[in-house]
Amino acid sequence: MDILRFATAGSVDDGKSTLIGRLLFDSKAIFEDQLEAVERTSRDRGTEYTDLSLLTDGLRAEREQGITIDVAYRYFATPKRKFIIADTPGHIQYTRNMVTGASTADLAIVLIDARKGVLEQSRRHAFLTTLLRVPHLVLAVNKMDLVDYSQERFEEIREEFTSFAAKLNAPDLTFIPISALHGDNVVSRSESMPWYNGSSLLHHLEHVHIASDRNLVDVRFPVQYVIRPQRATDPALHDYRGYAGQVAGGVLKPGDEVMHLPSGLITRIASIDTFDGPVDEAFAPMSVTLRLEDDIDISRGDMICRPNNQPHVAQELEAMICWMSDVTKLGPRTKLTIKHTTRTARALVRDLHYRLDVNTLHRDESAQSLGLNEIGRVSLRITQPLFVDDYARNRLTGGFILVDESTSNTVGAGMIVEAK
Amino acid sequence: MLQCDYTTSQLDVLEAEAIHIMREVAAEFERPCLLFSGGKDSIVMLRIAEKAFWPAPIPFPLMHVDTGHNFPEVIEFRDRRAEELGARLVVASVQDSIDAGRVAEETGRRASRNRLQTTTLLDAIEDNEYDAVFGGARRDEEKARAKERVFSFRDEFGQWDPKSQRPELWNLYNSKIRKGEHIRVFPLSNWTELDIWDYIRREGIEIPSIYYAHTRKVFERDGMLLADSEFITRDEDEQLFESVVRYRTVGDVTCTGAVQSTAATVEEIISEIAATRITERGATRADDRASEASMEDRKKEGYF
Repeated sequence: MDILRFATAGSVDDGKSTLIGRLLFDSKAIFEDQLEAVERTSRDRGTEYTDLSLLTDGLRAEREQGITIDVAYRYFATPKRKFIIADTPGHIQYTRNMVTGASTADLAIVLIDARKGVLEQSRRHAFLTTLLRVPHLVLAVNKMDLVDYSQERFEEIREEFTSFAAKLNAPDLTFIPISALHGDNVVSRSESMPWYNGSSLLHHLEHVHIASDRNLVDVRFPVQYVIRPQRATDPALHDYRGYAGQVAGGVLKPGDEVMHLPSGLITRIASIDTFDGPVDEAFAPMSVTLRLEDDIDISRGDMICRPNNQPHVAQELEAMICWMSDVTKLGPRTKLTIKHTTRTARALVRDLHYRLDVNTLHRDESAQSLGLNEIGRVSLRITQPLFVDDYARNRLTGGFILVDESTSNTVGAGMIVEAK
Repeated sequence: MLQCDYTTSQLDVLEAEAIHIMREVAAEFERPCLLFSGGKDSIVMLRIAEKAFWPAPIPFPLMHVDTGHNFPEVIEFRDRRAEELGARLVVASVQDSIDAGRVAEETGRRASRNRLQTTTLLDAIEDNEYDAVFGGARRDEEKARAKERVFSFRDEFGQWDPKSQRPELWNLYNSKIRKGEHIRVFPLSNWTELDIWDYIRREGIEIPSIYYAHTRKVFERDGMLLADSEFITRDEDEQLFESVVRYRTVGDVTCTGAVQSTAATVEEIISEIAATRITERGATRADDRASEASMEDRKKEGYF
């Protein structure tokens, strides 16, 4: 059984919470005591039906205001897969939360109200999904019951969205007509829509192929931690020197010729170690420990790759930034701490090329700064070289975070578009 | 053509993620420690720490906040496991906090030291100057926890502010703090109760005996079975009886309920949990029953 991580985007009005409530409920991930609490609250509020959306509100302020503020993580499993849902709020003032949830997602579900069709916010959700390179996108056309399960309406929405998605360079795109409230096409195929020949939403989630979404081509091993047993009771371990990390790309095998960056020195993998014994190969997302044939000075923040396939060694970066601070703005001359893979350095914003209107995709080249939830393209100068790939090629070696130097808060997320 | 699709099982993915988190902390913090209670989640967390740094020893101490009202089987297990690993175990005692006048013992029939632990924990973090503290909490346990970050920032009062959490993207964790602040780190955030048990089975990990069915003297209170213990005052109508029970969670004797069960092996426990319709905290924790937001409130104060 593998794991599918998916993000859901949409507002309360789109029926997002009801959809998640139904997935959890129908897959038996909701327990009696949770359901009782929801029934009690529904009764106290005078709601006629059991409001499944209450299941997904975590914080007091969210329950009081009836809104979702932050990303919440939910879990359920079927015999086929384990699922991790990043439940993200849909309103524009929570763009940063959606970006956060989408950063690790294999798939995103964007909800559309069948009555309202493709709205500005549907376009925004789809855009953010593609910006974060979520490999699979599902357009769930909800509330089909309120448009008489009309095939014509569904096709209309599909066409409108498809022509918009063409501009986005959208990945794998699937349209599913559903009614979250009644359960049509959520877990099992709906009898109300015999014209629909595709899978139910859950069936799609269970079967969508994600294993090849990872980069298995470019070997990237950011060195995270050097393991040197200093209290070794076993004399055989006195000379042990292992480089621990999580594989970010490619497939590593013992005997492979590898290159160390920044030195450029070439050696071979002597062994790939784990607590459970050496392994024949390592690929993302495995956490392993490499031993190398030659004694090279290697420390945290360095990169191991193949001599004929190296990342860019860059001190100048072009990146799309989503700004996440409600206190400060990002503009030319802003200085920040940057964390990329296992390397931390300082970054200086050299130029803000444009701010992107996430609703219309219009580029405002006169923009002087980025505020909370705004997205734009910048040039950065870094104090020391980073080992980077384009985000489109590898999300782990192409993404970075920006940290405010005075408050220590995470204030930005960056996706590298061009490394020099 | 090589027949391999490079899929990874859910336990391998979760383990790799947890190892990555632990190494990140060991690399970026000066004085981490790992909260080890002898409960199943902290046992799994300890196994992952063992794996993350092997063949080197775990590079941080273990800490237990001991209410003095724990199950003896669990304390015995805690000490033995720490010794086997050659790990340093720091025991922060609630009794010491009471004796020092830092907290006052609750009185009455429902007296519990559960809430007092927060002060003991925060004092111990301050005294030992810990800057990162690993906890075994999972997001599936409780709805306030469902919103908490893997690296959860605490201010100099040890408080959690759910409304201003740091965004957390990809596998990049922000470890920047000022002196006096600390980060609670939850490597098992994405595990469910069933994942924990599947992992215990796969790894053949030993757990304290009270997780398995055994005969015990209990009494019923608020629909929960509480153990006969010198630390609980029973009402006259709360009669003791013998029952075959096991514990689904392990905490303070005064607020941890047993469930009736005949599950005597890990396999039987897994079948039982896969079929259960009640959450583990709902079934066994009096401390979560106070209100809809009781966990959120305790967490804001600095609770685990």
